[in-house]
Amino acid sequence: MPFISNTLEQQDQMLAEIGLTKEDLFADIPAGLLYEDFKLPQGLSEQRVRDSLAELAEKNSTHLTCFLGGGFYDHFTPAAVHSIISRSEFYTAYTPYQPELSQGILQAIYEYQSALCRLTEMEVANASLYDGGTALYEAMMMAHRITGRNKIIIDDSVNPIYRVMIHSYTRNLRIEFEESQCKDGLADRDRILERIDDKTSAVILQNPNFFGCIDDFSDIAAAAHDKGALLIVSCYPISLGILKTPGAMGADIVTGEGQSLGLPLSFGGPYLGLMAARKQYVRKMPGRIVGETTDASGQRAYVLTLQAREQHIRRDKATSNICSNEALCALTALVYLSLLGKEGLKETAQLCADKASYAYKRLTAIPGVQPHFRGRWFFNEFVLDLPCEAADVIAKLIERGFAAGFPLSRYYSGMENSILISVTEKRTKHEIGMLAEALESVL
Amino acid sequence: MKLIFEKTVPGRRAVQTGPGDVPTMNVRSSLLRERAAELPELSELDVVRHFTELSRRNFGVDSNFYPLGSCTMKYNPKVAEHIASYPGFAQLHPLLPQLRMGGMLTQGALQVLYEIDLLLREITGMAGFTMQPLAGAHGELTGMMIMAAYHKDKGNKKTTVLIPDSAHGTNPASAAIAGYDVVSIPSNENGVMDIEAVRRHLNDEVAGLMLTCPNTLGLFNPHVKEICDLIHSVDGLAYYDGANLNAIVGKARPGDFGFDIVHLNLHKTFATPHGGGGPGAGPVGVREELVPYLPVSVVVKRSDGTYTLEYDHPKSIGYIAPFYGNFAVVLKAYVYILMLGKEGLRRVAENAVLNANYVKEKLKSHYRIAFDRPCKHECIFSISDQMAQNGIRATDVAKALIDRGFHPPTVYFPTVVHEAIMIEPTETESKETLDSFIDAMIEIAEQAGSEPEKLRSAPRTAPVCRPNETAAAKDLNIAYL
Repeated sequence: MPFISNTLEQQDQMLAEIGLTKEDLFADIPAGLLYEDFKLPQGLSEQRVRDSLAELAEKNSTHLTCFLGGGFYDHFTPAAVHSIISRSEFYTAYTPYQPELSQGILQAIYEYQSALCRLTEMEVANASLYDGGTALYEAMMMAHRITGRNKIIIDDSVNPIYRVMIHSYTRNLRIEFEESQCKDGLADRDRILERIDDKTSAVILQNPNFFGCIDDFSDIAAAAHDKGALLIVSCYPISLGILKTPGAMGADIVTGEGQSLGLPLSFGGPYLGLMAARKQYVRKMPGRIVGETTDASGQRAYVLTLQAREQHIRRDKATSNICSNEALCALTALVYLSLLGKEGLKETAQLCADKASYAYKRLTAIPGVQPHFRGRWFFNEFVLDLPCEAADVIAKLIERGFAAGFPLSRYYSGMENSILISVTEKRTKHEIGMLAEALESVL
Repeated sequence: MKLIFEKTVPGRRAVQTGPGDVPTMNVRSSLLRERAAELPELSELDVVRHFTELSRRNFGVDSNFYPLGSCTMKYNPKVAEHIASYPGFAQLHPLLPQLRMGGMLTQGALQVLYEIDLLLREITGMAGFTMQPLAGAHGELTGMMIMAAYHKDKGNKKTTVLIPDSAHGTNPASAAIAGYDVVSIPSNENGVMDIEAVRRHLNDEVAGLMLTCPNTLGLFNPHVKEICDLIHSVDGLAYYDGANLNAIVGKARPGDFGFDIVHLNLHKTFATPHGGGGPGAGPVGVREELVPYLPVSVVVKRSDGTYTLEYDHPKSIGYIAPFYGNFAVVLKAYVYILMLGKEGLRRVAENAVLNANYVKEKLKSHYRIAFDRPCKHECIFSISDQMAQNGIRATDVAKALIDRGFHPPTVYFPTVVHEAIMIEPTETESKETLDSFIDAMIEIAEQAGSEPEKLRSAPRTAPVCRPNETAAAKDLNIAYL
């Protein structure tokens, strides 16, 4: 079923009207380059495809009670989010090159940029990037353009998935990395401050960090600024419902993964790369940006702006090669934030912290289970040390219906027994209790 | 129209949170924000009405004809949206496969990734694909990184990439970001990359070539294979930008032309929605020798028929996305390919090309055609005659189309054509739709002669008319604070 409207008769009629044959249409391709022997299946009906994909969907385990996070979270999404973003005027449109026909998505992106600035307490934001990892890479390159320097200090409590991505992207570039090991769950001040010098482009930190610990980077921001370096903070937007903002800490560029703002987990994407910055750096920012202006009759209107930074104008001199943003995902985040609203986001963030704290108390009461970092404030994730290998325990808990957490040995040596547990507002006291019972029984 | 922030009524709520069934946790106050973020305070109805009103001020493929050249704005089948929302896909956590035996929890999703890889190999003539690139431009960057890894591995000292002047801006930008210098190759009088010019610029420093074929003028380069051979003669790699694959899908394969690396835009050829500017997906395919360089993880099928992920590929360029790409987009493309099958894909190219030629032939006596020979999926006109006679520009034609109910074609691209207007009808549009568009275009051409001032003040029916872009960039207002 190729979704072609014209009947065979109409196709013949059109060919006749323009005086061409079917063969003429492909006569410009040298005969030897045409291919007929495609080993592809026959097309299927909608019913067949739906049945077979429903069968595949069944083979995925989405029934597990989810305590798995690591930067990607199982939050609650109001039904109105899906209903709104399913309006096809939004999702079947393309990049708003014609502002007269795209005021809807343009205004929505302007509102998204505004919401992100308000959330992070930054001055400017772009229309989004692909995901939190590519956003962090773009922020690093932006810092490089701003400072003209090559050295990056990155803390090892930044999401390890993002750290490996950044390393892949910079293999052929002259970027020098210094990785700082976090100390007792927090950025190690002594080591970071001592390493910032006049070659340093940026310090990259994450809050809450990969282990869930909360920090205040104001001192590091000041030290970086002293040496002409920037502070880049990767954030978890839900946490900003209550936590001190990167803006208040003095961050210069803020990135983050926007998945938690109403986007389904969808096995890794599409997600949403957040990026906000100080106003003075806006012309060095990558990606689409929407600005407010007026139209011919003086009405408020929205357009893509600062396009002189971009690839379709600047080609090989552009700030980035990025073309599309993740517009529909940015719209999703805006709708989510609008529905939760000022109080709702704050309450959701507080509930995450409450439930994580409760889970922490329940789980550390189990004999043999210890907190990995003592006396640390955490948001909705924390690290526990088990009396045996964490990966093994997690596998046993899967059989009991829990995605209990993430084994940190996958990215950190010496943490074989450590598990990262995430608790969102969706988890109930009852589910947390069940997890505690199940964990105790498998140890 | 008011911004959502201007509609706030303090204290109004849309969502009740909870249950708050555990004690409150008081985080140390120095770690907390001082004031709540000033997000909207509205009811659910307020929010729904606001966004419904915004949607009415937007135009999609479902609204009407959207012949935006080089963007392949074909119909996006509803069944794909439906399947992507199955909880078994939408609620699947991407870290599950990293748990011990966790791959067994995601067999359905891994099978989708594995099978679409096989289908795309066959469609393009490549030996292996990665689904990870999150957009077309991201695929280009991935391809350039593979090119760089190949040369580094072979000890080649290569510094330049050849790109035709008609290429999308993403091509030179991607090559530059991967660390290469770009050499722009002019198009010849036939509108395609000049093989003699390629020969002139060929030397040992050439790492490769990036080519869109058919190109952004809708023209197929008859010398494409010889060009690829030339590039190979200096151990360069030929990169196929799949932005225009819709013109040849099911009819010919870039692998047979001699290309080594291919990216596809699933949101173009494979009918996944453009989303107002993303999310897209830009899978990259390579020939056999380059398979080891593909990003990790890689989905493989074990002898017992189960699927798993491999991470340990020492030559791999590494991790370019957090997980397995924009999975939901890849899934929609998979659904599309299954529904079309071999026959359906061939008909896509045939009808995309027929529709473009139909529009071209019907309009060429009213507008100057850039290249008067059978085109592929899109045709390019120049508004230079109307400009010379009445001062009408491509943008005036575009705005006049808005008043006639159509989304305008791409204008001012490719830059090699003066006052370009680039029309890509796609295969899904009917003859009736094309005829009404053609009538509108002819009427506009006539109006350019009789009432040019009317065209210059179009559109009259849209919510806004010709926003001032210069002022937007000068007096920058990009957030309401």
